Amino acid sequence: MKLGIVNETRADERRVAASPGVVAKWVKGGWDVAVERGAGSGASYPDTQYEAVGAVIVDRAAAWQADIVLKLRPPVVHPDGSCEADQMRDGGTLISYIQPSENPELLEKLAAKRLTVLAIDQVPRISRAQKMDALSSMANISGYRAVIEAANRFGSFFTGQFTAAGKVPPAKVLIIGGGVAGLAALGAAKGLGAIVRAFDVRAAVEDQVKSLGGEFLTVTIKESGDGQGGYAKEMSKEFLDAEYALFRAQAKEVDIVITTALIPGRPAPKLWFTDMVELMKPGSVIVDLAAEKGGNCEVTKPGEVTEHKGVTIVGYTDLASRMAHVASDLYGTNLLHFLDEMGGAKGYKVDHENDAVRPALVLEAGDKRWPPPPMKKAEPPKPAAAAPAVAAPPAAIATKPAAVAEKPKSHGHGHGHGAPSHAPSRQSGILMSVAGLALAAVWLYLRFGRGNLDAVAADGANVALLQHLTVFVMAVFVGFQIVWNVTPALHTPLMSVTNAISGIIVVGGLLGSSDHWSPAVGVAIVATLFATINIAGGFLVTRRMLAMFRK
Amino acid sequence: MNAESLPVGAIGTPALLSNAAYLVAGVLFILALRGLSSQETARRGNLYGIVGMLIAITATVCLTGSHTHWGVIVAIGAASLIGATMALRVGMTAMPEMVALLHSFVGLAAVLVGFSLQIDELARPALSERIEIFIDVWIGAITTTGSVLAFLKLRGTVSGRPLLFPARHVFNLTMLIASIVLAIIYATEGPTWALEIGIAIACVLGVHLVAAIGGADMPVVVSMLNSYSGWTAAAAGFMLQNDLLIITGALVGSSGAILSYIMCKAMNRSIFSVIFGGFGAAPPKKAAGPAVPAGDVQEMDAQTLATTLKASKSVVIVPGYGMAVARAQHAVRELTEVLRAAGVTVRFAIHPVAGRLPGHMNVLLAEANVPYDIVLEMDEINGDFPTTDVAIVIGANDIVNPAAEDDPTSPIAGMPVLQVWKSRLVIVNKRSRAAGYAGIDNPLFYKPVTRMLFGDAKEAIEKVVAALKSS
Repeated sequence: MKLGIVNETRADERRVAASPGVVAKWVKGGWDVAVERGAGSGASYPDTQYEAVGAVIVDRAAAWQADIVLKLRPPVVHPDGSCEADQMRDGGTLISYIQPSENPELLEKLAAKRLTVLAIDQVPRISRAQKMDALSSMANISGYRAVIEAANRFGSFFTGQFTAAGKVPPAKVLIIGGGVAGLAALGAAKGLGAIVRAFDVRAAVEDQVKSLGGEFLTVTIKESGDGQGGYAKEMSKEFLDAEYALFRAQAKEVDIVITTALIPGRPAPKLWFTDMVELMKPGSVIVDLAAEKGGNCEVTKPGEVTEHKGVTIVGYTDLASRMAHVASDLYGTNLLHFLDEMGGAKGYKVDHENDAVRPALVLEAGDKRWPPPPMKKAEPPKPAAAAPAVAAPPAAIATKPAAVAEKPKSHGHGHGHGAPSHAPSRQSGILMSVAGLALAAVWLYLRFGRGNLDAVAADGANVALLQHLTVFVMAVFVGFQIVWNVTPALHTPLMSVTNAISGIIVVGGLLGSSDHWSPAVGVAIVATLFATINIAGGFLVTRRMLAMFRK
Repeated sequence: MNAESLPVGAIGTPALLSNAAYLVAGVLFILALRGLSSQETARRGNLYGIVGMLIAITATVCLTGSHTHWGVIVAIGAASLIGATMALRVGMTAMPEMVALLHSFVGLAAVLVGFSLQIDELARPALSERIEIFIDVWIGAITTTGSVLAFLKLRGTVSGRPLLFPARHVFNLTMLIASIVLAIIYATEGPTWALEIGIAIACVLGVHLVAAIGGADMPVVVSMLNSYSGWTAAAAGFMLQNDLLIITGALVGSSGAILSYIMCKAMNRSIFSVIFGGFGAAPPKKAAGPAVPAGDVQEMDAQTLATTLKASKSVVIVPGYGMAVARAQHAVRELTEVLRAAGVTVRFAIHPVAGRLPGHMNVLLAEANVPYDIVLEMDEINGDFPTTDVAIVIGANDIVNPAAEDDPTSPIAGMPVLQVWKSRLVIVNKRSRAAGYAGIDNPLFYKPVTRMLFGDAKEAIEKVVAALKSS
């Protein structure tokens, strides 16, 4: 099967669908790879590098004729009604961003060619599919780049400094939205030394923000903002009012604002109003990562850098493309994993049962397959540190209690299996206590109850026994006190040393071995032998171990 | 002769002297354990133990000096040689087996001592003594066979899988009741056969108890047996009316009991369920149904890992039994040194039940000369994972399984685990894709932050070290 990597024709798009490093893996995996001449030049990947790893450099038409065309941006539909994808052969396969809900016209064009189309932007945001999640890869880059753009336009240090010439306070950065991009921005800003705060409506983000060293801002009204597919949903008015009040307070303080709030399939929510911009100090910078969808900030002009009353607003829509080199490599790796998921060069097929691939299938031989049916089986929700935007759909939560209920009760005696078996474990505890008490009673009865007929002798023996018991109980207490203080690192030496001193049983052997030979003496000598092995072995091995511990 | 001719309270010089010596020995033993509270004093503690033991033996021999059989001297000489050879030859990775074997010796010695009292023709044990003999012999026999089986399991001669009879509780209970009946018969009538059957039952019971326990619970088993061996010695003390034996036995017994308790707590398991339940009985892989995280793992090669490690600031290594099996501790030490030389902070996170013996990992790392101040306990380091760049899991599985926290249906639910997945990157070294000792799938492997480094721990780590050195 031949993969075709074509030039991105959209203006200002510097990325390419795969780097030479990725192509090398495809070639190794058995794919033929054709790369359009100059496809990688915008991302600083010259044709020679692709050739070096085994790809063929071809002209435009040949690249589009491949079995599977790999692209980044959706194919361009020209004003005259023609489409880039018209160059594809009938029944071919296209894998790229499609954004099917926003591009119905494009879908028609692609369907007319009876193409099979897989939209990489529709790969579900489940943990398993994370390695093919191009949205996350690109969001990560955008987040980083947003900080770099902000730093570039900010007139001071990010990190606080005490210099001979005076004190410079650290920059304060506010990040709105703790998704992949937001967290990437948080990490980058933190790395530059700024004080970083992040706001998100989803409570789950708090830990992730904190784990990166950020301060988590939230509002006091309790309302969960978790929406489907890991995005935040739209919130109630009370909540929004509280949120805006918080933003206004922050606006006076912070130097940099990075907004990343997106709701799928809708224009970006406006949440940084003109008055908030005006509250900010002159020289402050706003980077609006939602600019492509209209922007979170009221004064954002998509694609441009503007200034409003001394505050710079960066509305670039191509932040990932501005880091085309790494972006192409990561996108290509996502495609690599995606093709592997579909079976690789050997077993390539469109598997409707694959819950990572099926949602991405938009057209199959021209037939519409989008939107996908709801997923039957969902993964249990798992917190994902790297990409907080990944959370399972609500369906997963519904299956969870079912799983608990399903757990068979058949091994009722299987103690220790966590919560479900606490009851039997407790029962056995009671059983053991009862048994212990019964045993003690039997012992007391045998020891005292029956008594010896000779009362005086019995009395003497009982007094002695009581003394021994006292010693025993005291020793147990001393033992508990001492052993609790033993450092866990020395638990193995503790075992071997107690092993050695329990060899004290040798005393019993010694006492039993008088010089009048009898079977009893023989047995006692053997006892002495084993006990002494223990003593020598135990102490020596402890010595050996302890000698190894060094500071 | 036996203790009956030396009643406590007898005002004879030998008896007085020996009791004084025993007192000194007892105090020295207490000091020996106390010394283990820190690494600095541990060696002195061991010395106290040795001195105490010498005093005890000397006092006993002198006391019975004129009567001691020459065979005893031969036995002591031979046993010292055997013990010393064992101690010097044993590899640190084989410590669990050695400890288990030594436990069985204590048990065996106790059984023999008790039995010798019974068959001593010169002095038949008095009625009041027999019950103690029976207890001593009974616990001793359980310790012996249990330890031998534990030894075989740890060596791998016998499979680590728990062996569970359907009616094992009934079986145990029957044996217990039979033992009590035998004890009563023996205590009242004193027939040797009752003692012998008692021993036989205890032997079976010891095997059965340990057979029902899965390999993952071995640290608990070994410390339980340690405790048993102590109680055996204490029972012998009652039998011989010897306070030193009672004191020592009580010390060892409580020490083992505490260790077992600590281990059980570390696994969030009730001690009874470990002793009688046979954890890991019905591996609920299927039962968990949709909770089983089917998924793909991502791999990372040694070269990439080396580059990543060099670029990180803070690395935490989590060793497990796999490191012991592969004898990778020296390779790990080298990795630590190279990284530390490159300015990376390297620390070790030790889970209380890592390995097959309490503190097993500490001993291995100490053997490899890893400084102990960078080796931290679970509670000390768990809070640090979010600020850790790379966590390297070497041959550990269940102790880093997030299912223990997330999945209430998991057999290890609620067990405290090392939260490696909170680090920015987790490297898991594993020989294969198989499940851990507890037979549970590990969702950690499918986490987006996790990369697998498949291969034998020693070879894999050596490759990383080589890559680090050449870069």
